[in-house]
Amino acid sequence: MTEERALPAPAPVVSPHSAAFWEASAQERFLVGHCPGCDQWFWPPNRTFCPRCGKAASLRDASGTGTIYSYTTVRVNGSIALGGGPYKDAVPFVLAYVELAEGPTVMTNIVGADPDVVAVGLPVRVEFSRTGGPEDPALPRFRLV
Amino acid sequence: MAGRAYIAGAFEHPGRRLPDFSPAQLHADVALGALADAGLTLADVDGLLSTPDAPGLGVITLADYLGLDRLSYTDTTESGGSAYIAHVGHAAMAIEAGLCSVVLITMAGKVSSGVPMPSGYQDAPELSFEIPFGTSIVPEYALAARRHMYEFGTTSEQLAEVKVAASTHAQHNPNAVLRKVVTVEQVLDSPLVADPLHKLDCCINTDGGGALVVVSEDVARSLDRHCVAIRGHATAIKGSYGGRIDLTYTAAAQSGPRAYDMAGVGPADIDYVGLYDSFTITVLEQIEDLGFCEKGKGGLFVESGALRSPDGQLPTNSDGGGLCNNHPAARGGMPKLVEAVRQLRGEATPQVQVRDCRTALVNGIGGSIGTRMGSGTVILSREAV
Repeated sequence: MTEERALPAPAPVVSPHSAAFWEASAQERFLVGHCPGCDQWFWPPNRTFCPRCGKAASLRDASGTGTIYSYTTVRVNGSIALGGGPYKDAVPFVLAYVELAEGPTVMTNIVGADPDVVAVGLPVRVEFSRTGGPEDPALPRFRLV
Repeated sequence: MAGRAYIAGAFEHPGRRLPDFSPAQLHADVALGALADAGLTLADVDGLLSTPDAPGLGVITLADYLGLDRLSYTDTTESGGSAYIAHVGHAAMAIEAGLCSVVLITMAGKVSSGVPMPSGYQDAPELSFEIPFGTSIVPEYALAARRHMYEFGTTSEQLAEVKVAASTHAQHNPNAVLRKVVTVEQVLDSPLVADPLHKLDCCINTDGGGALVVVSEDVARSLDRHCVAIRGHATAIKGSYGGRIDLTYTAAAQSGPRAYDMAGVGPADIDYVGLYDSFTITVLEQIEDLGFCEKGKGGLFVESGALRSPDGQLPTNSDGGGLCNNHPAARGGMPKLVEAVRQLRGEATPQVQVRDCRTALVNGIGGSIGTRMGSGTVILSREAV
């Protein structure tokens, strides 16, 4: 394989409801929402309540492992809505859903792999792409293991 | 259902590229077209529904522009392209509650306006967990298509048949943008946008619009025009449920059964369907969710030619749909309703008119089947008042 091409890493809009996640991401900690009441994990980790039982929830360190639930190789960046800008010259790239070992499925990218070898069900592990924005939040992306 | 409501007027703007029209003009043109079809006038209208993307202050601006001075019911329910299907149900409920008796539902827009995002969209709490990864609408539907293929063995050829069927219908529609019949091979040979979706798996985007007039039973009796009965309606929202993602079904799995229950009919009673066809996979999942075949068997079902109108098992989108005919302002629910009314009145293009078309179902999906969506289902019947 040729040298790995770096994907754009646009800085997320950090809001009060998501600040804790992104602050931890700068330390390469992968936090996922967890409800002590029903002992279940949830994604995205953008709320202080459990979306299932409504009780107060918190963020917990997750294993960072999972499997590919679905993926697509984006070949034409025709985004007519939001977010297409930074990826304008990044095609082809792999957008995916990864099912975490803890349960929730997260939207992400698969990096470091030829799109032809990416497949549903393959095991992956999280890594972080620094965005360089204020506080340097990092995007959780996944690599085949 | 006491005091049933009826669709008395239906109109689709014939234009697909309308640089010389403002959105307000288009709303007015389709409103006047639907009222003329019903044999009514602006002075009769006492209910108005549209989406918040209508120019200015939405229905407030529209009411002002159209000169409507006796409105007793308005609604701006927003569920993307499925909104107008929800509006039909809401109009029926308002009429049944005695709030109004002649309700106008208008939809109009232009490609150049872009895909209008609801106000406040930039504050959506999920955005920072999706947008930085380069997501957009086609890749999200591609994620659903891939998963459907993985779980059920659905093939690109089967998805392509949805487009092929649409193109065989569109050849008979003089207003359709894409009137050339395409083959499965041509769909598969078109460029991949986000695999497994090819360019020809994706809908077109056009200018245009359409409108409906929904009336009370008393008004329907007074009109010369064939009014079609609103038998059942329902809406549903499907979310990502804290990360419990299942891309193999849509919110139609909830709205469909509720609409069938209200109408007292089932999938076997449906003679014609209008299905939201933003992408070929959208149609396939709705067919399953609405009970026309088992979950996972949609590919086999469409492969048999089921969608071909008039002779297939489930004639679908006989105007060519969003894949070939039009998709005004990326909101395809209205043309689906208008074509269903044509079918029930026996006024579809002769080559695609379903014989003895008694009951039709229209389903719309707004938002994204890859993340969160709203669905609307209506069931209509041709029975006389």
